[in-house]
Amino acid sequence: MGRELRRGPFGVIALAAAALLAGGGLGSGCGPKGRPGIVKIVSSLPMQGSSLGQTQTIVDGIRMAIEEAGGKVGSFTIEYEPWDDASAQKGSWDETVEAENARRAVNDPDVLVYIGTFNSGAAKVAAPILNREGLLMISPANTWPGLTKPGNWDPGEPGIYRPSGKLTYFRVVPADDIQGPVSAAWAQELGVKSVYILHDQETYGKGIAEIVRRECEKRGIAVKGFDGIDKKAPEYRSLMTKVKGTDPDLVYFGGITQNNAGQLVKDMVAVGVRAEFMGPDGVYEKAFIEAAGAANANNRCYITFGGIPPKNLTGKGKVFYDTFVAKFKKEPEGYAVYGYEAAKVALEAIRRAGKEEREAVRAGCAGIRDFDGMLGKWSFDANGDTSLKFMSCNIVKNGELEFVKLMTVD
Amino acid sequence: MRLRSLGGSARLRRALGLALLLTAATFLLDTPASADQGPGAPVRLGAVEELLQYLLIGIARGAVFSLIALGYTMVYGIIELINFAHGDLYMLGAFMALSVVACCGGESLSGGAAAGAIALAFLVSTAFTAGVNFGVERLAYRPLRNAPPLAPLLTAIGMSFIFQNLGLFWGGLPIAGMGSQAAAPKSFPDLLPTVNLVQALGIPSGLSFTTKDLFVIATAAPLMVGLTLFVRFTRLGKAMRATAQNRMAAQVVGINADRVIAATFLIGGGLAGAGAVINGLYNNTIVFDMGYNAGLMAFTAAVLGGIGSIPGAMLGGFFIGIVSSFSDWQLATQWTPAVVFGLLILVLIFRPQGLLGRETGEKA
Repeated sequence: MGRELRRGPFGVIALAAAALLAGGGLGSGCGPKGRPGIVKIVSSLPMQGSSLGQTQTIVDGIRMAIEEAGGKVGSFTIEYEPWDDASAQKGSWDETVEAENARRAVNDPDVLVYIGTFNSGAAKVAAPILNREGLLMISPANTWPGLTKPGNWDPGEPGIYRPSGKLTYFRVVPADDIQGPVSAAWAQELGVKSVYILHDQETYGKGIAEIVRRECEKRGIAVKGFDGIDKKAPEYRSLMTKVKGTDPDLVYFGGITQNNAGQLVKDMVAVGVRAEFMGPDGVYEKAFIEAAGAANANNRCYITFGGIPPKNLTGKGKVFYDTFVAKFKKEPEGYAVYGYEAAKVALEAIRRAGKEEREAVRAGCAGIRDFDGMLGKWSFDANGDTSLKFMSCNIVKNGELEFVKLMTVD
Repeated sequence: MRLRSLGGSARLRRALGLALLLTAATFLLDTPASADQGPGAPVRLGAVEELLQYLLIGIARGAVFSLIALGYTMVYGIIELINFAHGDLYMLGAFMALSVVACCGGESLSGGAAAGAIALAFLVSTAFTAGVNFGVERLAYRPLRNAPPLAPLLTAIGMSFIFQNLGLFWGGLPIAGMGSQAAAPKSFPDLLPTVNLVQALGIPSGLSFTTKDLFVIATAAPLMVGLTLFVRFTRLGKAMRATAQNRMAAQVVGINADRVIAATFLIGGGLAGAGAVINGLYNNTIVFDMGYNAGLMAFTAAVLGGIGSIPGAMLGGFFIGIVSSFSDWQLATQWTPAVVFGLLILVLIFRPQGLLGRETGEKA
C-alpha cells in the first residue's frame, strides 16, 4: 500500500512530464531526446514478497556487470535503476505496477534497455508496451515459450507481443519448451511410471504443467490427474487425499513458491502421499525450502533449472561466482548469473549501436552472435531466444539445493 | 412474508434432498475398482470410507472457519456492522502465536515444553486479539455509533488495511520465526504429534484421522459450546441477546449497551485468536495476507448460517468446510471457491435469512 501511495504522485509527475515531452516531439517531428551522453538501463523485477531473495541477487548481478564496465560504454555513461514490479498487497508481481513501469520506461527518453521481467505473466504485460516504442527488453528469467517461439501457445502468441512487427524482446535463459521435456525425461530416468500434475493457474505455472503433461504422455508415463489449485487456500488435505487415491510415483507442480508450493509439500507429508515432488525453476530458491520445511522437502523434492547452478559454474562463470561472493558476501541465487548476463548483453547492444537511439540498440542486440557468456558461447536466434539448450537437475538435500547433473533434449 | 418464507424452506428442503440423492448416486458410480491395486499401493479406501475421509477433512477445516465466523456474526448481531477487519485480526493472532512459539524454542520443542508453548500461545494470542478488537471498537467504531451505517463499514475496511500492513511489518521484524523476508509465507513449527488414531486403535481401515485432526476438533468444539452456553445462560449473555434484539429497549431496562458491545468485540476477537493458533498448529503456514481468504470464507459461513445467529455461524463454517472438501475431491481445487459462492447464492435466493437466521424486518 505504502509503496503505491509513494509511487502514485511520482508516476503522475513522470507521466505529465512524458506527455509534455512527447507533445513537443510530435510538434517538431522527431522523437523525444534525452540527456546527451547518458544511457539509462532499468530493471523491472518483484522486489517485495518471497521472490526477493532471487531478484535481489539479479539486481546485484546487473550492478556488478555495469561496475565492471566502469559504468561506461564508449563515451556513454550508464545509469542503472532497479524498479519494483510487485505490490505489497499481492506480495508478488502485480500487473498494474508492471504496466506502469513499462509506460514509465518508454516515456523516459534516457531509457534504452529494460531488463525484466522475472515472471512470465508480467512479461506479457510489458512486452507489447515496450515493443510499440521499439524499446529493447531483455529478460533474465522468463521461461514461458509463447513469449517468443512460434507454436501452439496462447491465442495470438507470440505475435501479440510484437505489434510493431520488430523483435524487441530477448531472453538469456532457456525456455520451458526445453524445461518441460527435460523434466519428463528426468522423471523417467528416476523410474517414475505415473504422475499427478498440479499447477497454480498462472501463465508460467499452467504453461509448464501442460508441456510436462504432453511430454509425459509421449514417454508413456501415466498422467493420473491434472488440476489447478486455489493458490490462496490454507491447506490442500483433500486434494492430497485425492492424489493419494491415484497413487502416483510423482507429483509435479507447475508454479512458483509464492503460490503455495510449500504448503503442497507439507500436505503431501500430512496426508501420507508416498510420491516424490518435482517442480520447475519457479521453486528453485531457498524460500521454497523454507516454506515447505526442510524436513518435508529433503530427498524428496526434485527441481529443474535453466542452466547451471552458480556454485557449479566453470570458466567465466566460476569467475563470476567467486567475484560475486567476494563482493556481496552471500551466495548468488540461481538467476543472479542471468541478471549479470542480461546486463552484459545490454552493454554489448549499446556498444554495437554506438548512438543513443532505441532502434540502434535494439538492432545491436538482435545482431549478437557467439556471445562469450557465463555459460559458454551462445547466440540469439530469430525469435530472440538464447541458443543454450541445457537444464540442470537438482534435489533438495539437508535443507539446500544440490546439483545433480545437466540434461538436454534434442 | 411468512407464507413466502415457508414456501422457500420447502423448496430448499426439496433441493437439498435432490442434492443428497445426486451425491449418493455419484458415490455409487464412483466406487473404485479393486483390480488395479498394484503391489505396494496404499490400502484403497472403500466408497463409504472415502466419503468419511473427506468429511473428516472438511470438519477440521470448517472448525477454523466457524471460529472466525462467530466473530463476524456476533458483531453483526449486535450492531449490524460487517467487521471486515476480522479476517486480518485473525492473521495478527497467527503472527502473535508464531512469535510466542518461536521465542519459546520453535521447532526444537517437544513433549511438555511443546505443550507449554502451545498453551502460552493460546493464552497470549487470544488475549492479544481480544484486546486489539476491544481497542478498535473503542477508538474506531464507537465514535461512529450513531453515524450512517456506511461510515463504520468503511472504517472496518480501513482497519483491515491497517492490520494487513501491520502483519507485513511484523513479518519483516528481525525476531524469531519470521524468516528473511517480510511477505514470504512463514513456517509455523509443527509441534503436534501426528499419530494416525485409526491405526493406533487397530481399526482395519485405510482411513486417516490423526491426533492433529483431533486437536482441531477438541479445541474448537469446547469454545463453541462454551460460547453458546455463555450467551444462553449468563447475565451478560442475556444482556447481549437483549441488546441484539433492540438496543433502545435494552437501554431502557438498564442495560449498559456500550459495555455489552465492548464485551462482544472482546469475545469475538478472542475466538479469532484461538482460531489462528489452531490453524497455525494444524496447517503450519502463516502469511500476512491469509486474513483475506479466511475472512471471506468465514463471512460467507456467517451469511450462509444466517448472519447474527451464533449456531448459524458454526453450522455455516462446518458446512463450507465440508462442501469445499468434497469439491476439492469431486471437482478440482480451482473450482472450490466457485462452488462455495455458488452455494451461497443459492441459499440467499431460496432462504435470504440464511440457514438458521430468523426473518426480522427491522434488521434488513
